Parts: sequence; structure tokens; C-alpha cells
Amino acid sequence: MLDNKIAFKLTFGVVLTALLAIVIFAWFNIQSQSKSLLSEVERHARQLSEAVKSDTEYDMLRNDRERIHESIRRIGQQASIDRIRVFNKSGEIIYSSEESEIGAMVDQKAESCYRCHSVGEPLEHLETTERTRIFQPHPDSPRLLGIIDPIYNSPSCWSSACHAHPESQTVLGVLDVTMPLTDVDQNIRRSQVAAGILAISVILILSLIVGLMVRWWIDRPVQELLTATRHVAGGNLAYRIEVKTDDELGMLARSFNSMTENLAQARLQLFQSDKLASLGRLAAGVAHEINNPLTAVLTYSSYLLKRSQGKAEVQNDLNVIVSETIRCREIVKSLLDFARQTVPKKRQADINEIIGRATAVIENQLSLGRVKLVMELDADLPKVTVDANQIQQVFINLMVNALDAIGEDSGVIKVTSKAISVHPAGFLQIKRALCPKRHDLVDRMVKIDGKPAIGMRFRKKETTGLIYLSPMYGSHEHRLNDMPPIEEGIELLCPECSRSLLSEEEVCPRCGSAVYAFEVPLKGMVQGCLADGCGWHRWEQVDSSWNDEFVEVRVEDDGCGIPEAQIPKLFEPFATTKGQKGTGLGLAVTWGIVDNHNGTILVESRVGVGTTFIIRIPVKS
Amino acid sequence: MSILRDILVIDDELTVTQAVVKVCSAEGMTVTATGNASEALRFLEDGKFRLVLCDIMMSELDGFQFLEELDRRGIQTPVVMMTGYSTVENAVRSLTSTGAVDYISKPFTADELLTVIRRSLRCAALLDEAESAGLPRHKSMSYVPCPANHYRLGYVSWVMLEDEGTARIGVCDLFLKAMDGIRELELSLPGEDLVQGIPCATATSQDGSVHGIICPMDGTILEVNTDAQSNPSLVEKDPYFKGWLYRILPPNPENNLQWLSS
Repeated sequence: MLDNKIAFKLTFGVVLTALLAIVIFAWFNIQSQSKSLLSEVERHARQLSEAVKSDTEYDMLRNDRERIHESIRRIGQQASIDRIRVFNKSGEIIYSSEESEIGAMVDQKAESCYRCHSVGEPLEHLETTERTRIFQPHPDSPRLLGIIDPIYNSPSCWSSACHAHPESQTVLGVLDVTMPLTDVDQNIRRSQVAAGILAISVILILSLIVGLMVRWWIDRPVQELLTATRHVAGGNLAYRIEVKTDDELGMLARSFNSMTENLAQARLQLFQSDKLASLGRLAAGVAHEINNPLTAVLTYSSYLLKRSQGKAEVQNDLNVIVSETIRCREIVKSLLDFARQTVPKKRQADINEIIGRATAVIENQLSLGRVKLVMELDADLPKVTVDANQIQQVFINLMVNALDAIGEDSGVIKVTSKAISVHPAGFLQIKRALCPKRHDLVDRMVKIDGKPAIGMRFRKKETTGLIYLSPMYGSHEHRLNDMPPIEEGIELLCPECSRSLLSEEEVCPRCGSAVYAFEVPLKGMVQGCLADGCGWHRWEQVDSSWNDEFVEVRVEDDGCGIPEAQIPKLFEPFATTKGQKGTGLGLAVTWGIVDNHNGTILVESRVGVGTTFIIRIPVKS
Repeated sequence: MSILRDILVIDDELTVTQAVVKVCSAEGMTVTATGNASEALRFLEDGKFRLVLCDIMMSELDGFQFLEELDRRGIQTPVVMMTGYSTVENAVRSLTSTGAVDYISKPFTADELLTVIRRSLRCAALLDEAESAGLPRHKSMSYVPCPANHYRLGYVSWVMLEDEGTARIGVCDLFLKAMDGIRELELSLPGEDLVQGIPCATATSQDGSVHGIICPMDGTILEVNTDAQSNPSLVEKDPYFKGWLYRILPPNPENNLQWLSS
């Protein structure tokens, strides 16, 4: 259970790494520490052996054995010394701090002799480093460090009174000093224990910190995601994760939320069409079964009604039967009507292909050769979900308009298609705006740039009037009908219920004046500032959203252009600029079609230079 | 044996045929009723009828199969289709199939039934007249000049596609003649959606009978001919030009056109 948890795995990995580092570090540390301690002991032993040698040299020359015994015994009593011995060449212990072993013979294989006597002929010179040895006589005894110091023959030896040594001898004997390593070993053990304690405390602290961090930053959000997936798997598509961070897990949570949202919508749509389909079958069955008996009722009653002229009372009753039966008929009919409401005939389509079909339609009008058609189509255009027939009509209308704008002169029509990605602000049309009592503020009778505007009533003391905002979010266009400045205690009201549309708590963070607020159904609150030149606005759901993908088609001509004053009314029905030539419906139809596809249409025009129509169809419908 | 009777009604629902018999007999018409199409075929072989009323959904031989059978046997008696399941397809097929002249959806009132019967009888008489004058006996015949690029839904209504993707719709002159003169016209409002096969306007004739004008094409109404509404005689005088009814935006004209005849 525990080893399945990501928090445990991560902590375990981190702690294992730390442990390895500590062990390696401690090992090297203890090694170097014991080396320096040993060399200290060794130096001490060498100094001591030199001291013993020089202390006894005079007595040796005098061959005063008693004094030599005394010196060695005295020095050997020191606590830091195990024992001091002098061997002669044949291996006999001549002097020793342990009186009991004097006179004993030492085997050439003994640890103190081994260095020189390991190879047949005994060595006469030993390197300083090779004189030292560390050994343990019994498993229970402390480790010992021994240093051997050869006593070389010298002229004073063979010329002294005792004539104990012939001149031919090189080494007369060996001074062997051994010292216990108890202190050193104790120090090393202490270091080992310290390293152990360090390792354990580091492991504990590290696992605590890493564990907490993992828990806080990874485990918890992952657990939340897990809970969310269980909810979604269980069918609760309304479940949302509260996003707290902006890291990868936060982004994961956010995209999870948008996924469930899309899923919920898709399911709703599926559910809806499924419902419609079964309702359609039900309606068909009901219509068939009920309409035959209703026919008899309706025919007989209406027949009797015709025949009962002059009998007012009977006629009244029959009238009720007839009208109620007709009501039944209408109910059944409305059931059938409802079942007939199918989804729009939108399909995935390639805009370039549609442009191709549209140009094929108007090609014969181009054949005079005056007008050249230039196409710049992006081959990698994403497919869009549209009604191909309607969109084709849009392009035909725009190209026919371009042809008419060029008129009798020669000219060029350029059709460009490309994929673009823009932030919704400035391009998103608000189609419904609700006051606190849920009245729709969008007024279909007043249009700004051809789109139904958002209407609000203002009131200041005695003056009152209407103000219209552009429905394009972030465009900051509004029609002011002699409206007094916003900051001077003005009220903004719903035209229908006179509820205030000003935010009570908030003021514009940019200029400090009052801000209006209304709700877009399902998409949250929109706030904005109306003060001159401020233009602050906020719509959290849109401001934080990503760019939207569009397919953009531009139809450009170098014809006569449209006077600026006519542009705002261009898309309204019967606003023709062509006089007798057009019906005035072409652009209204075009606008209606593009709007039906949640697209936008823009016009750029200069008189005498030309006109460009820009159509954007969202890739995601 | 050659008895001439007015009406032959075919429906597997006895209450419906009985009701039709009652209403029509009261108006002085001679009516024969039958519950199945094969018996109806026998009656038609033996005698003569001025009009057949036939249900579409029948168990043995359905209404459209019955029409095919009539066509195969060369019986030219005009047929009015009835159905309790008034789908667009049923309505449109009833108006366009060979042999069928008109369509009535159940349930209907006595007056509605009589209106359709009288209109169909007049239509048949007009077609007979044309035939005897050496003209082709066809539902799309016209007495007045009509545009070349228009399409008709039976003898009822016409549609003309315009370059801008819009379409204009109106009433055919044979229908206006068969309903015996138009006195009042009631039209829908701009913005409303029209459906092919469903009435889009009602016309009241000189005798006061009310006739539904079946729409020839799906679409949203962009413009209503107010001149025609205020002066219905305009429709009668110039049904294909000044007497149009609506300008609509059809979402999918190709789909609708397959049912229409040019």
C-alpha cells in the first residue's frame, strides 16, 4: 500500500541518494582521520625509540647492563608504551621492560623479526615506513603499533673495552618499541558513531521535508485529480477541481476541468438529440393512433354544428367539442413540429473548396476579361463545421459585390484564406446581456456596426435617456445620446425594470469612476468603465481564455469603395448602395449566415481605393 | 356497368369512412366507402368516380402503392390523399405524385374536408377542360405567363431561386382558379421559419372557404409582399410576378428542389 504511493517513492529515492552521499563522505573522512592519528602515534614511537637508543648508548659502550635494564624498565612503565625490547642478532631478548621475557629466544617468524627475516638473507637496512607494524596478539587485546629500530655497528662498538662485537657485524641487534592503539581506535569508533548519528538524523529530517513537500505540491493535487476522475467516471460531469497553482499540475487540473466541461456539453447534446429522436418516434406513433379517432370526432361534431342552425344551446355545446378537438389536433401537430426540429445541416468542410465552388459560379461574369481574380489560398487550412451551401452563398455575394464595385472599369478581385488565432476580446459578440432581474439588455432594433447593441437607461436628476454599447466585447464603442459625464452621480438602469446596472462595491481600477456590470448567460459577469478615454473592461471567463482559432477569408477589390457614413448601415436590410441594381438584401443575408456560424464580418473601405470584407469563421463551432 | 358516383373513400378505419360518407352525403354527393385498396381498385374498374379519397397508411396496400397501381391500370380519376401522420414527406409526395391532386391531414372538420373535395373537383374539371382543348393534362399547367426559372410544388405553390441565395415563393394560378377566387390573404411575418409541405399562408375564397397554401421550400422569411396582403386580387392577376408572397433565405434549396417540378 505504502510503496505504491508516489510520495513514498520520491522520498525513498531522495533519502537513498542522501544516505549514499553520507556513507561515502564518512568513509573517506574516517579513513583520513585514522591515517593521521596513526602517523601521529608512529612519530611518537619513533621519537621514543630514538630517545631510548641515545639514552642507552653510553651504557652500552660501557657495557653497564644494570643501568640499561633500569633505563628500559623505567621508560617502559609509561602508560602510552606497551613494552620496549632489545634483541641481539641471534634473536635473544637481551633487555625488556617485561623482566620475565629476558633471555627468551624469539623465532625469526615472529612479527617483530619478520620484516627483515622474511627473505633468506636478513636485510640490513629498512625504510622508515617499513619499520612500523600494526598487530593484535590476541583477538581480545587492543591493537598495537610496533616500531623496530636496528642498532648498527659503529667504530666505538668494536673498539670499546668490552670487545663484545667484531668489526664485521653490520647490525648488532634491534630495538623494538610497541605502543597500544587504544586511543586511536577509540577515536575512530567515536567518529563512526558520529557519522551514524548524522546519517540517521539527516535521513529523518530529509524524509520529513521531502515528504511534506511532495505531499503539498504533488500528492494533494494528484489526489484531487484522482477524486475528480472518480467523480467523472461515476457520471458526475459537473465536478470541477479547484485550481490553486500555475504549475504543470495546475495546468493539468485546468485542462481536466475544460475537458469535463466539453464532455458535459457533448453529452448534453447527445442526450438532447437522443431525446428528440425518441420524442419524434413517440410523436409519430401518437399522431397516427390519435388522429383517426379525432377525425371521427371532429367531422361528426363539425357536421352536426352545420346542421344545427337555429338551435343555440346545442350549437354552443357542439362549438366546445369542435374547438377542443381542434385544440387536440394542434397539440399533436406541435408534437410533430417539435420532433421535426433537427440539427442544422452543418458538416466539416474545407473553406478553400467552398471558395472554389463559389468562384466557379461567378466565373462567367468574369469572362469579359476586365476583372482579374487572384487567389491566395492557404493549403493547410483547418476544416470548419459549416453549412457549405450557405457559406458558398456568402462568398458569391461578396464577389458579386466586388464585381459591382469595380463596375465598367478593369480591376482585380483578390480572395485570400488563412488560419488565424486571436484572443476573443475585441472579436467576441455579446448576444445576450442580462440585468440583475434577468431582462435581456440586447436591443435588436439598435445596431452598432450591424450588430444588435446593448441598451441601458441613464438617469441624472431630471435628465434620462438611453445609451447603447457595442456588443463586441472590448471594442469600447458606444453611442452617447447627450449623456452627462459618468462620474457625476449618474445612474445606469435596466430599461425594463429600472434595476441599477452599476457595480455597488467596485470602481474602475484605472480611473476610479463607477463601472457597469451585466451577466452573459453561462459565461459570467462583464464589467466595464464608461468614462471618457478609459476603456477598462473585465470578463474573467474570456480574459483568461486562450486564443481562438479562426479561418479568415478576405475578399478585396480595387473598386469604388464605400463612403464612411454608409459603413455602419451596410449589413442592414434594404441599405443598398447600388441603386436599382440590387435588392439590398445581399449583405444582410451574408451577415445572417456568418452570424449563424458564430463568425464575424468586418469591412475596411476607402472611397476610390477599394473595399475589403474580412470573414472569420471559428474552427471550433 | 357504368354508374357515375361522386366519391370513393378508402380508409382501413371504419369511423373515418363513415364520417366522410355522412358529411358528403349531407352535401348531396354520392359516396362509396371501402376499407382496403384492392376492393377500391375493383370499384374503379367497374364504375366511374369523380374523385377518390385515399388514406396513406393502410395495412395491405399503402396510399402511394395504390397510386402506382392506378397509373399502371391507366385510371385517371384524381385522388386526394389523407393521412393521420402528416409528415412533410407525405404532404410533398401527395402533391407531386402522378394521380394525386391534393392532400388533407387528419383530423379535419367537415368544412375542411368539403373545401378540399370541391377544390380538387374543380381542379380535375379544369384539367379535363384543358385536355379537351388539346392541351397536356398536367398539374403544372398555367393559364398566365410565368417565369422560366421557377419550380412548382404540385398545383399549389411555386418557388424561384434568386442570385443572392434568396428565393421568392408564391401561389400557382391553377390553385387560385380551383379555389374559386381569392378574397382574403393571411401571411406570416418576417423572421418566421417556413417548412416545405406545411401551409405557409391561408387564403379565403369568394365563397368563404379557407385554403392552406402549402410551402414549396424551407427557409426563413426575409420579406413579405405587403402589396399582395393588402390587395389579394394582385395575386390572382399576376401570381408569378407582382403577386409573390414571400422572399425567403433557404438553407438548403437543393434538398427541396428534388420534389419540385419545373
